[in-house]
Amino acid sequence: MKVLVIGSGPIVIGQAAEFDYAGTQACKSLKEEGHEVVLINSNPATIMTDPGVADALYIEPLNVDFCERVIARERPDALLPTLGGQTGLNLATQLADAGILEKYNLRVLGTPLSAIRKAEDREQFRDLMREIKEPVPESWIITNETELEAVLSVVPYPCIIRPAYTLGGTGGGIADTPEELWETGRKGLKLSMRSQIMVERSLLGWKEVEYEVMRDSIGTCITICNMENFDPMGVHTGDSIVIAPSQTLSDLEYHMLRTASLKIIQALGIEGGCNVQLAVNPESFDYYIIEVNPRVSRSSALASKATGYPIARVAAKIAVGKTLDQIDNQVTGSTKACFEPALDYCVVKVPRWPFDKFATGDRSLFTQMKATGEVMAIDRSFEAAMMKAIRGLEVKQKDLRHAKFQAAEAADLRNSIQKPTDERFWAIAEGLRRGWTVDEINKLSRVDRWFLRKMLNLIKIETRLLEAGESKGVSEDLGTLIQEAFLIGFPSPTIASLLGLNRKDLDQARDAYLKLGKSPAEELSTPSGASFQLSAAYEIERQKVMPVFKMVDTCAGEFESQTPYYYGTFEQEDDAVVRN
Amino acid sequence: MKRYLILGDGKVIEGNPLGASGETVGEVVFNTGMTGYQEILTDPSYSGQIVLLTYPLIGNYGINDDDFESDRIQPTGLIVREACEIPSNWRASKSIDQLLKERGTVAIQGVDTRAITKHIRSAGVTMGVICDDLDAGRAALNNSKGYGDTDFVYDVTTSTPYKWGREGKESIETPDEAGRVRLVVIDCGLKFNILRRFWKAGCRPIVVPATSTAEEVLALKPDGILLSPGPGDPARLEPVVKTVQQLLGKKPIFGICLGNQILCHAVGGETYKLKFGHRGSNHPVKDLLTGKVTITSQNHGYAVDPASLEGTGAEVTQLNLNDGTVEGIRIKDAMANSIQYHPEAAPGPWDSRPYFKEFVEQMTSVRNG
Repeated sequence: MKVLVIGSGPIVIGQAAEFDYAGTQACKSLKEEGHEVVLINSNPATIMTDPGVADALYIEPLNVDFCERVIARERPDALLPTLGGQTGLNLATQLADAGILEKYNLRVLGTPLSAIRKAEDREQFRDLMREIKEPVPESWIITNETELEAVLSVVPYPCIIRPAYTLGGTGGGIADTPEELWETGRKGLKLSMRSQIMVERSLLGWKEVEYEVMRDSIGTCITICNMENFDPMGVHTGDSIVIAPSQTLSDLEYHMLRTASLKIIQALGIEGGCNVQLAVNPESFDYYIIEVNPRVSRSSALASKATGYPIARVAAKIAVGKTLDQIDNQVTGSTKACFEPALDYCVVKVPRWPFDKFATGDRSLFTQMKATGEVMAIDRSFEAAMMKAIRGLEVKQKDLRHAKFQAAEAADLRNSIQKPTDERFWAIAEGLRRGWTVDEINKLSRVDRWFLRKMLNLIKIETRLLEAGESKGVSEDLGTLIQEAFLIGFPSPTIASLLGLNRKDLDQARDAYLKLGKSPAEELSTPSGASFQLSAAYEIERQKVMPVFKMVDTCAGEFESQTPYYYGTFEQEDDAVVRN
Repeated sequence: MKRYLILGDGKVIEGNPLGASGETVGEVVFNTGMTGYQEILTDPSYSGQIVLLTYPLIGNYGINDDDFESDRIQPTGLIVREACEIPSNWRASKSIDQLLKERGTVAIQGVDTRAITKHIRSAGVTMGVICDDLDAGRAALNNSKGYGDTDFVYDVTTSTPYKWGREGKESIETPDEAGRVRLVVIDCGLKFNILRRFWKAGCRPIVVPATSTAEEVLALKPDGILLSPGPGDPARLEPVVKTVQQLLGKKPIFGICLGNQILCHAVGGETYKLKFGHRGSNHPVKDLLTGKVTITSQNHGYAVDPASLEGTGAEVTQLNLNDGTVEGIRIKDAMANSIQYHPEAAPGPWDSRPYFKEFVEQMTSVRNG
């Protein structure tokens, strides 16, 4: 079969390079199945346009006209539109509307376009949710200014404005007053491809949770990963710090939301991957379905890397008719793709914003995505993953200290904690540093107390390091403290600077730490009593935490795995086998 | 203070205390579920076992008053990477450490749980002890009986029959609502959620001790019989198997987990011990009759030997997609079918919930002739 794949085009603000990652994986997957891949993409600076990824490559504008010319020339049998993000989906929809798919007898692979429409058209989606009894927040669909004017006095404020058919929520926002709704609403109508916006009840402060789910053509549904946003509802998930798996949901809540997500993809008839976003009341079992992305998305690229499960690869195979139980789990090499990954680590994603390049840009975050990339860090604890992610951002800050907030007046700091920006995380850290309580900061930011307490753990170590430095190591045992600091994720330059050490002393401190870690197993006194029958060769596996690599294996160590995908951490056993 | 985990093969692992102090012995097993520790801690099928949770951050959402699966802590011990001191969830009423201390359960944290998991994966499950004092721990381990040599079911089963209603346990004398089919549950180590789900599906569950005879069961005029999950080696449960043999064909029979293994033994089949069992919330099971795959919640260390079912009248209906082991059997002529996984979830996915309704429908149709 000859398959036309639509790439994601230029990388723009509101979209990371995730579709390139997914698209490349999918092209390879299709070729693995013996299909011929024709790729059209306007962006040559991608991996998917590298030689060898597709069989035929067209670097052309992504519009109906050029696409038709490619189709006319290549005469592919089928079109796979769900891998190029919103750009690919929109183009496929336009091709269908223009009758081109019919004209060239082009079959749409994967999720049918009708299902995509149902998921993306606010009204159709809400009707479907009502039909399957899944809750959606009260809202108003508006297609022109007259309708917009009519609802100004009706909607509850603050309310959220979401334009339909735009990428990364472009043109969306929050309105506190009718005047703001009028302004943002009009802008949204102009930006929406279909001149359609939705105004809905604000769920500010609710937890935002996502599920990455997959379904095959015979209706088998699985969850790849769920994720909990650090920033509660109100900040676009692309602009939010995201943690996988969810941390503060009980088993009952986790599966209530999982069941809802699977019910939705079943009802939509998705064939491939899908992302479901939910708002969860932090004080009850209430939840609302916020949004469904019926395609491989930014979140699925994240879920893929977070779990090791190749969502795009599997989605492409589902699109050409394979069922989940027929696809191998490449990671273990011995099990099937039809299972749900089990993580034995914590994943933290932090968005990367371009405010260093747009110095005068508005740093406030809301429902329109501003990030242009993201970093993902994996570790055995939230604290360590978070610290790693900060370093990965390649911004000035390498730890929890941020000069601007450390110098800020209390009132300004409060404001910075309350209003989401790209720097809020550091403002929260400063609040904790000043001894503001977790409850106080939770009230201001609505960030779950669990995350705040974890940050407090880091601040406590930071303070102890600082005090140890000031007291020249008298305040407490330096070796133990350094070990604790390493374990919780402090990098050596930060430890050195907090202790007031220079490079040489830092190396010494590090050696002290490593020595402490490597200390030989203590000889145990010979066991007394004749009944003792166990092996005499005892060795205590001390908490000799060492810098090691642990494997991302999709199964929490249950099965032996073939993948060479690791993360660094401080633990007792190294998973990395040295190959010759 | 330090705390130690000693494994049967001599490996000693040092960690930090969690829960009560002292020493506790059990078969060390791992569960890969990322949530559900409260349900796991109160699931009677973990009786006699020390449970290691592979997810490193445990206790985040605390312990609440509603998600208990039985009245006591069932595993003998718990191994975690990091236990959360101050939980965050609207239903949380205490931390996992508080619960373990209250109930006197010895546990350990701060160990490389992945390393231990890999050890069990390659060496198989092993006995182990969690202790504060190495000598005391070793002595306890040496004096303990092996997991396979212990009867756990008679310890976890109910001592007296009871009924299950809207609010939970009711006296056996409580009158029944009209219209509900009567399900007699042979309790080998029940989880509350099995009873909750059957009640929701329109049943009147009547729970009896595992030692009940066939006459006692039939005297309760059941429309159907449930063989519950439970701990231990099914081959040791001869009395229960005898009871089931006498019940076969008389009423519809449904089995869950250990119930699946008991049904296998009742027709003369055999079970065997898995190297490290199936414990987690992500096990794919293929229904051979429909071709459908569902993700299931599992907790078992023994499995049905499919070869042993030949000529018994029982047939394999479901298989585990990971390792091809038996996940369900049925005896068509005897109106009996069973599954190896947990349709009641708690913890785990809800995908198999339809089983409750299906079984109730079967009971209803048999009753109505």
